[in-house]
Amino acid sequence: MSKIIVDEQYLEIIEGTNLLQACLENNIYIPNLCYLKERKEKNASCRLCFVEIEGMPKPVTSCTLDVEDGMVVRTDTPAVRRLQRTAFQLLMSVHEVDCAHCPANKKCELQKIARFLKLGLKPKGLDHSLRELETDHDHPFLEYFPHRCVLCGKCIYVCKKRNGRPYLTFAGRGLDTQISFFGDKDPLKLPCAECLACTLICPVAAIIAKTDT
Amino acid sequence: MKMEINQAFDKICKDADAHIKRLSLIKGPRISIGMATCGIASGAIDTKKAFEEALKEQGIDGQIQTVGCIGHCYAEPVVIIDHPDSGFPPIFYHHVTPGKAKMIVQSFLIDGDPLFEYLLGATKENELIPQIYDFPRFSQEKRIILQKCGIIDPEDINAYIDEGGYSGLARAFQLAPDEIISEIISSGIRGRGGAGFPTGKKWGFAREAEGQDKIMILNADEGDPGAYMDRTILESNPHQILEGMIICAYAIGAGSAIVYVRSEYPRAIEMISGAISQAEELGLLGNSILGSSFDLKISVFKGSGAFVCGEETALIQSLEGERGMPQHRPPYPVQHGLGNRPTVINNVKTIASVPAILNNGGDWYRSIGTKDSPGTAVFSIVGNVLHAGLVEIPMGVDLKTLIFDICGGIPDKKKFKAVQIGGPSGGCLSSDFLDTPIDFDSLAGAGAMIGSGGMVVLDEDNCMVNIARYFLEFTQNESCGKCTFCRIGTYHLLRILDRITKGQGREGDLEQLKTLSETIIEGSLCGLGKTAPNPVLTSLRYFRDEYEAHVLEKRCPACVCRSLTAFYIDLDKCARGCDACVGSCPVDAIFTTKNRKKGVDQALCVKCGECQVACPPEYNAVIRVSPPEKAPIIEKSVN
Repeated sequence: MSKIIVDEQYLEIIEGTNLLQACLENNIYIPNLCYLKERKEKNASCRLCFVEIEGMPKPVTSCTLDVEDGMVVRTDTPAVRRLQRTAFQLLMSVHEVDCAHCPANKKCELQKIARFLKLGLKPKGLDHSLRELETDHDHPFLEYFPHRCVLCGKCIYVCKKRNGRPYLTFAGRGLDTQISFFGDKDPLKLPCAECLACTLICPVAAIIAKTDT
Repeated sequence: MKMEINQAFDKICKDADAHIKRLSLIKGPRISIGMATCGIASGAIDTKKAFEEALKEQGIDGQIQTVGCIGHCYAEPVVIIDHPDSGFPPIFYHHVTPGKAKMIVQSFLIDGDPLFEYLLGATKENELIPQIYDFPRFSQEKRIILQKCGIIDPEDINAYIDEGGYSGLARAFQLAPDEIISEIISSGIRGRGGAGFPTGKKWGFAREAEGQDKIMILNADEGDPGAYMDRTILESNPHQILEGMIICAYAIGAGSAIVYVRSEYPRAIEMISGAISQAEELGLLGNSILGSSFDLKISVFKGSGAFVCGEETALIQSLEGERGMPQHRPPYPVQHGLGNRPTVINNVKTIASVPAILNNGGDWYRSIGTKDSPGTAVFSIVGNVLHAGLVEIPMGVDLKTLIFDICGGIPDKKKFKAVQIGGPSGGCLSSDFLDTPIDFDSLAGAGAMIGSGGMVVLDEDNCMVNIARYFLEFTQNESCGKCTFCRIGTYHLLRILDRITKGQGREGDLEQLKTLSETIIEGSLCGLGKTAPNPVLTSLRYFRDEYEAHVLEKRCPACVCRSLTAFYIDLDKCARGCDACVGSCPVDAIFTTKNRKKGVDQALCVKCGECQVACPPEYNAVIRVSPPEKAPIIEKSVN
């Protein structure tokens, strides 16, 4: 067991446990969107789970660290909050805030993070602009809403895990990056109707089953 | 064993020597034409054809040899003619068009007049023609990486061997792998890909790393706008790269190596692939190299042209058939790289320096350059500079010497404004920094970076806000979209810059640019995001007055940003009856006044600047001003 201190709280954690996981399991919330416990190589793409660790010069993402004995962690320093708030506001600056019509309403990770960081859903100081991307209705069983998507990549991971190969992928570059479907358009050859793992894992209802609409 | 390796190498050298001697016995002049991509783009294929036709027409025996690029891009197409019978030394000709080629054949090869007006100089010391190596563009260079580029035929392995090639490899095989790594460590060489990590250390980590099937990867995914060093080296001397790669693979204990080169470099791919087959034929690659127990296979992988794939974890993803997206480090590739195998990824210029280090020793290399940045640096210097091209200088030379002495300064009597170093990850430095020595740490201290070696010189006619906007547009388009800060943060930076250049800058924009930039640097996942705001931060720091002019006065001091400028015609200078501008205007915005001079209808003008180009220089009547209100209103004639 490793003894660590998180926000002045003493914790005993099995050595080698993921730091973000350890905090979450001990009811210390750190905002996160792309973290998946079972995923070995962490995505580290949402840039929300920053913490400060004694002895490290700058805030680091907690999802990419394992617990070490004697670690002293702070999850709420000004530097951490500044990074988290900026990252969250950046995400919201290209997000379609229309919660009343969104199936994720009330269970949405973004709403939870906004409450936690004491931020509104509409970013202050940044222009709000939606990308020139359209809702993808092409898939026989799924619908994709790029203006909701936070590109956490969880859907691609679970799809690959369930089906041996991913039927989803990232497409485009820069701000136009989105999730795209590839593979057969023939519905009979797609495992999606029975699977729907991507719709279940999506934190913001950016991929939903067609029947839901 | 060591004896056998020496014997095997001696035989290869003797064969190469015999081959080259046979070539030199061929009678008549030898014409070497620079045929790397830059030469071809400037018309070298037509020049070569013209020489072939002219020799045939005149019935002259002679050889036409294609060589790579010598780095003098301002002078392309470049031709060196060695014609011993004429009594002249080998002569370096510049800008050889097909017409000039035919004239040179007639005048020089037949009549014996070397046409002094077309030559740049001689490549050997002599009494008749000034030697090019005395010119500052040549004399202040120190060539290790580019030493044989543009001199030897890149498609002939014998040419490389005859110039001492592969002797570094032969020497490496006399040493134990650890001894090679010590030699590289003692040379102090730092990675030339941008980050400047000590190469010897990297090799050492890979050698010590646990795991079978170690692998060596050459990173030739050069993607900075305006940078083309790696391409030129691959096209002009691929064997030097192979030699370096074999030495590296031997030192770290790798059995396979990959050349990762972007598919936009077809000629480089052709050259390196050809070189691999030639080396295999001579037993310098493949199984039991030079009779030793070391085997190495080198393959070529064509990248699909994503800038981010130059980042090593993204490069590995791309090799594994995934979308090129960077991964969190650690683990570093030296421990868990391609297919989780220990992997060394080195830049082309790093690897090209290795043979010379093995030949001359680490201490020799350390004696060049500065204490913390030993060796030489290759830059591709482009933009508003007289002698653009590739330059290899010892580290520590200052920017002023490089730009003004070696590269001839700014053309057209314009003033120097800034130099953008290190591409989209680097920074813009103002004239205050001209005394800065070029080395990893000094440039980083100034907010720029050596990066991969792109250098864009900007004169007074460039708008720094627009330059920053250009680089941000590039990084935003090339962002892989994975992490929040890079994907959305750079988009907002670009949006603000775009607004400023359109005259819609707001109060607080400059502060937001700064804080957002700093947060992106701190929060991004990979090197691309961590350096993307550098052009904004440096230009904001060193050219704040220009940003302020845009935001507060809606004025572009360099008269570049279209929305903030206007063209008008100075009636005192305009010539009565001249219609040059009228015909050039694509939108019919130019009208004739009642005294038959010209005016610009501001409502129609799209500010393309064609009229300014068309106006004869003796009048020079078209003037661009900023802000647009400064353009005087000129009355149309009333019919």
